[in-house]
Amino acid sequence: MTAPIHEYEAVIVGAGGAGLWAALELARDGVKTAVLTKLYPTRSHTGAAQGGISAALGNLEEDHPEWHMYDTVKGGDYLVDQDAAEILAHEAIETVLQLEHMGLPFNRTADGKIDQRRFGGHTRNFGEAPVRRACYAADRTGHMILQTLYQQCIKHGVEFFDEFHVVDLLLDGGVTRGVVAYRIADGELHVFRAAAVMFATGGFGRMFKITSNAFSLTGDGVALAYRRGVPLEDMEFFQFHPTGIVGIGILLSEAARGEGGILRNDLGERFMERYAPTMLDLAPRDMVSRAIYREIREGRGIGGKDYVHLDLTHLGKKVIDSKLPDITEFARVYQGIEPITQPIPVTPTAHYAMGGIPTDNDARVVIDEHNNVMPGLYAAGECACVSVHGGNRLGCNSLLDILVFGRRAGRSMAADVRAANGELPDLPASAEEPVRADIEQMRTRPRGENAQHIRVELAAAMMDDCGVFRTQETLDRMTLKLRELRARYANVAITDSGRVFNTELLEAREVGYLLDCAEATVAGALARQESRGAHFREDFPERNDTDWLKHTLAYRAEGGQDMRFKPVTITKFEPKPRTY
Amino acid sequence: MQIDLRILRFDPERDTEAHWERYSVESEPMDRVLDLLHRVKWESDGRLTFRRSCAHGVCGSDAMMINGRNRLACKIRVDQLGRKISVAPLPGFPVIKDLVVDMDDFFAKYRSVMPFLVADTEPPADAERLQTQADRERYDDTTKCILCGACTSSCPSFWAQKSYVGPAAIVNAHRFIFDSRDDAAHERLEILADQDGVWRCRTVFNCVDACPRGINIARAILEVSAAAVESGG
Repeated sequence: MTAPIHEYEAVIVGAGGAGLWAALELARDGVKTAVLTKLYPTRSHTGAAQGGISAALGNLEEDHPEWHMYDTVKGGDYLVDQDAAEILAHEAIETVLQLEHMGLPFNRTADGKIDQRRFGGHTRNFGEAPVRRACYAADRTGHMILQTLYQQCIKHGVEFFDEFHVVDLLLDGGVTRGVVAYRIADGELHVFRAAAVMFATGGFGRMFKITSNAFSLTGDGVALAYRRGVPLEDMEFFQFHPTGIVGIGILLSEAARGEGGILRNDLGERFMERYAPTMLDLAPRDMVSRAIYREIREGRGIGGKDYVHLDLTHLGKKVIDSKLPDITEFARVYQGIEPITQPIPVTPTAHYAMGGIPTDNDARVVIDEHNNVMPGLYAAGECACVSVHGGNRLGCNSLLDILVFGRRAGRSMAADVRAANGELPDLPASAEEPVRADIEQMRTRPRGENAQHIRVELAAAMMDDCGVFRTQETLDRMTLKLRELRARYANVAITDSGRVFNTELLEAREVGYLLDCAEATVAGALARQESRGAHFREDFPERNDTDWLKHTLAYRAEGGQDMRFKPVTITKFEPKPRTY
Repeated sequence: MQIDLRILRFDPERDTEAHWERYSVESEPMDRVLDLLHRVKWESDGRLTFRRSCAHGVCGSDAMMINGRNRLACKIRVDQLGRKISVAPLPGFPVIKDLVVDMDDFFAKYRSVMPFLVADTEPPADAERLQTQADRERYDDTTKCILCGACTSSCPSFWAQKSYVGPAAIVNAHRFIFDSRDDAAHERLEILADQDGVWRCRTVFNCVDACPRGINIARAILEVSAAAVESGG
């Protein structure tokens, strides 16, 4: 049985914001492109983003890209590559305007412009006070972006392969050659030969027990690249969003605090006054999440329990209904709370990977500390690390990142494909056979481990031992746990041996990707003996710029990881103590 | 508490026809039906097959028929349903396996109504198009659609005539027809004035009940019908 071979100049894996915008650029340029997604495009997790997309439009008050760049750098605890942050802040404006031109239904100001609101860490004049920089469409900005980009892809005739689950990256001899995908409908493998392959597969929050991430966010592209020798950058930086729904992690947007919501402890205190006297509840997420945990540890969680309150009751029904309709419905549906009259119980939830596949500013994947490029491989969106977020991403900078660098990916792929004159790289003989052997082994093993039990144990242990607070001791324990889980994973068996829509098989493979992501995360966290941004080592509680103002690169190696380091690009803003 | 869960199962590689299977599942009142399905799949029957992704009602993957009504499994709680819960695939769509239905025709109909902004004039080079708050409000309701299929699958007119474009496609046409920035209303209305367009709606209102986003679909269809009359369709 030989897999059908499809030939495209460019193949994009993932149909969220980054993948769709890249596809649009390629379509407008006439490049023969396929977009592969394991879901339908409109199911992508970009659609879950709520609060907004940042851009210094200055529609309501003075604002400048320079201020936005500064906030991004400071918010990322100076681990941000400043050349990339400058691109992000400057291209934000045309990106948001282009979205509007494509039809995105932004909320409007009284004079008909795009409305803007406050968001965490975004300030005027280099930290003076909060500024209105978040462009938004109620609290479903991501939904509107995903819909708008998919609509434009329809308009421009982009070719989609829906429910094609990519299971291997074809990369050898230092050349990217394509991907292998598993058609979910019938279990058939398809080979896609391409001159340019882009990963836009999103994050991997499912490696934590409490997460805002979709079930499908299992780090597929990140793990496949890692297995083929691509290093992963800054994986120790994983953002915990302060306001998740207790127990299940569903996100309640920072927009709730942008509109004036207040976090309170058991005594009713606005406790952020103690941690961030200027920005208060709108301090960056890593600081707010740690503050919540400290309140809980010191016995000031609500009723002594492990959560605090998000209080919106003073905002009034009109503001809540018009600007925060979805998240208040989440509180009603998933907690039975009426936010107009009751405070909402919240706790930090694993939300966003700052780290990922290293790229240059044109979304070309780089494979070492000298930024040498892996020819033909591109990445953008949450799976990539440019790095514009450094140690901690600001709210509203992720929708911006995926679009700015998704567009850049499309443009650089188009340029590179043109330079190759339509030549496609040769495929290895029987390109699909290695992954077919893997899949068949799992499908036919008569008995063994339940992959979902491994996932549950992984997620619980990561939450406890590699979450908001870390020490050498917890990370050593996690390393041992990962060794055990890895051994058990080698013996996974499934009960469904069928070929039609075998989600048990695909979910079991996804657990393997999560193990890869967790191993790289723990390796980075062990290596980095300092506290910076979202990475907080209780045994090294201070930031240490002398030794650690650098990116980590984790390479998969026999029995573990090799760690290498890459300098941070600093152009305009010298590192300073980070207070808000 | 124990839930008596019945699921309509069909595996094309094993079954000749669909059949109900029963499970007794331990549950908390605030659990959602999706939690029950996961419990079955992960603990007792790995073959149980369904789509899901975001698990909080915004991606539209897990629409299915639950206790006789189309809903999202991730958005309906056990305490809203009682101790006996039945789950079946969305009616009216071909079943692929268990709770998974073929959505290709549904998306083809969505694409058929030109669901994208068409503006005859170039936008300003370095600014947004202006739109008043009232004009923005005009189509707000229909921007909420997540294309889950719950409405179209609940529609008796669709069951009777599968070529009917269906409520979801009309909702998405509405979203552009009533957008002040758009100039292709007439073309969309021509498409929808076809025999498989808006006139097939018999105002049964099943779609309104089914919509997990609370969109007033019947009103949207009526507004599109009225516009079609006005534009000579």
